[in-house]
Amino acid sequence: MNTTWSRFNITSITFGFAFLYLPIVLLIVFSFNESKLVTVWGGFSTKWYVSLFHNQGLMDAAWVTIRVGLVSATVATVLGTMGALALTRYTRFHGRVLFSGMIFAPLVMPDVITGLSLLLLFVAIGLDRGLMTVTLAHITFTMCFVAVVVQSRLISFDRSLEEAAMDLGATPVKTFFQITLPVIMPAIVSGWMLAFTLSLDDLVIASFASGPGATTLPMKIYSQVRLGVTPEINAACTILIAIVAVGVIAASVVNKRREVQRQLDERAAQRG
Amino acid sequence: MKSLGSIRRDFAPWNDPDAKPYIQFENVTKKFGDFTAVNNLSLTIFEREFFALLGASGCGKSTLLRMLAGFEEPTAGRILLDGQDLRGIPPYRRPVNMMFQSYALFPHMTVENNIAFGLKQEGMPTPDIEKRVAEMLKLVKLEQFAKRKPHQLSGGQRQRVALARSVAKRPKVLLLDEPLGALDKKLREETQFELMDLQQNLGLTFVVVTHDQEEAMTMADRIAIIDKGEVMQVATPAEVYEAPGSRFVAGFVGNVNMFEGKIARGETGPASIDAGNGITIQTDNAGNATAGAAVTFAIRPEKIKVSSKKPQEAVNAIEGEVYDIAYLGDMTVYHVRLDDGQVVRASTMNAARVTEDPLTWNDRAWVSFRPDAGVVLTR
Repeated sequence: MNTTWSRFNITSITFGFAFLYLPIVLLIVFSFNESKLVTVWGGFSTKWYVSLFHNQGLMDAAWVTIRVGLVSATVATVLGTMGALALTRYTRFHGRVLFSGMIFAPLVMPDVITGLSLLLLFVAIGLDRGLMTVTLAHITFTMCFVAVVVQSRLISFDRSLEEAAMDLGATPVKTFFQITLPVIMPAIVSGWMLAFTLSLDDLVIASFASGPGATTLPMKIYSQVRLGVTPEINAACTILIAIVAVGVIAASVVNKRREVQRQLDERAAQRG
Repeated sequence: MKSLGSIRRDFAPWNDPDAKPYIQFENVTKKFGDFTAVNNLSLTIFEREFFALLGASGCGKSTLLRMLAGFEEPTAGRILLDGQDLRGIPPYRRPVNMMFQSYALFPHMTVENNIAFGLKQEGMPTPDIEKRVAEMLKLVKLEQFAKRKPHQLSGGQRQRVALARSVAKRPKVLLLDEPLGALDKKLREETQFELMDLQQNLGLTFVVVTHDQEEAMTMADRIAIIDKGEVMQVATPAEVYEAPGSRFVAGFVGNVNMFEGKIARGETGPASIDAGNGITIQTDNAGNATAGAAVTFAIRPEKIKVSSKKPQEAVNAIEGEVYDIAYLGDMTVYHVRLDDGQVVRASTMNAARVTEDPLTWNDRAWVSFRPDAGVVLTR
């Protein structure tokens, strides 16, 4: 394989990364802009970060988003894991095909449709729109993502582990909590993180399902942008990007280390 | 007194009519949908016996083991352990433990926690658990690996952890599903003897499932040969080899030469078999086959002698041509094509470094054997 940097490779890489990251880099740069005008550079400053923390509306929205994210991701993880277990373990129950198709449908369903139908449901049953309904809506659309992640882990799960535990005297409940759950935990954790991230940046479904007093950060940002972009918004977005980046990098570093350690262990074991 | 093969020890409860059976399969049938994995099978296993279920893959032997462990329930029939009907008793309440083919070690637990798992489930006090785990680690010589996780162990070490974990609870019966299948040949042979010692020292009943006849012959007191969910024969390794009960068993265990023929004369005991093409075989025991009955005469390759001249004293001698020779070091295998086209396999121990009667490809040769060298099969 040719590993040298040809002119073509350099061009591809440059354009690719430019498309991906130029907008984000611009956003980050302008969040440190002294000037109030978003597109005119007026010198370096962190004043928008200070003013961001004094913007009660944005801070409230951020707090709502975090609460919705934590609750909905947790509930969605429990429900999604249960769904995945049912689909992989009880392969012969009535209507399994229909059920497994239905659990994955929201993955490809346009957000507008999910949002609209949830809104209709909430109106029909007379549920006042607010924090509760946003959370419910987020549970609904994130749990299928969790189910997909956990199910793919369960398919490769060695059932003889559970049989061995039962053979050694563990009841089915103990077997689940002492063997199955710890073994599939990494998949559950990544399912939770996926659900949390999806909830964090959802605008469309939240717009339908939310009501007064429960404005999430993406909704708040969107509504403010319509009145004109302020560098404060840039600062808020930069913080969001930083949080996501730190999370993703930390997760991949931990994974990488674990993988390297595992390979070293296996090599050591082979030697004796 | 003549006997078949070597006697391992004075342990033969199956010959004692007063011996109490320990594990009983009574007319057990297991169906998976339309497929019958086990068909109306009955078996008796005695206490402290090392019992092997031998068969090709898919013959139902693993299903038998899984029914004993409680992972499957028989469709019909019943299984008794020490007189108790096991139906409806879940795996976690059965006094049997199983060593899995894949070992099924818990990947998130250390070696000592793997071994302690079963003891914790039965609520043993912590100091006792520690003592038992230390004892088990010593037994399988893994003391210095107690804190390792399964992926930090080699295949042979994992196998020993699985073994220690399955005997830690001192089960009444230990079930072993292809226990040595994942080990390389040399390690497998060593481990066979370790398993036999372990079974003797702990005084447990072992039921092992294997497709490897050599493994079954080496380790087991008795072997059940299973085919298509049915028992073909239950006997000691020597009986299975020297006195197979059917063509299937004779062909399944070891190599064998078979001659199809008819009993020409003789009532019971000595008989002469007409194998066609002018071949007549004298045997001193035709069992209960009567004159005119179609039989198969089965003879093992090592009981056939090959020579360049017709041996004077031989009762049975057939002429042919050397067709193939395989030199294996400890022995040489000759394939001799008889004049009627049948190929006979004969093996000779290379007791001396040089042979006095060298035979080579396409030489005329005689195959000869004693009248008591083979068995007459009617099934």
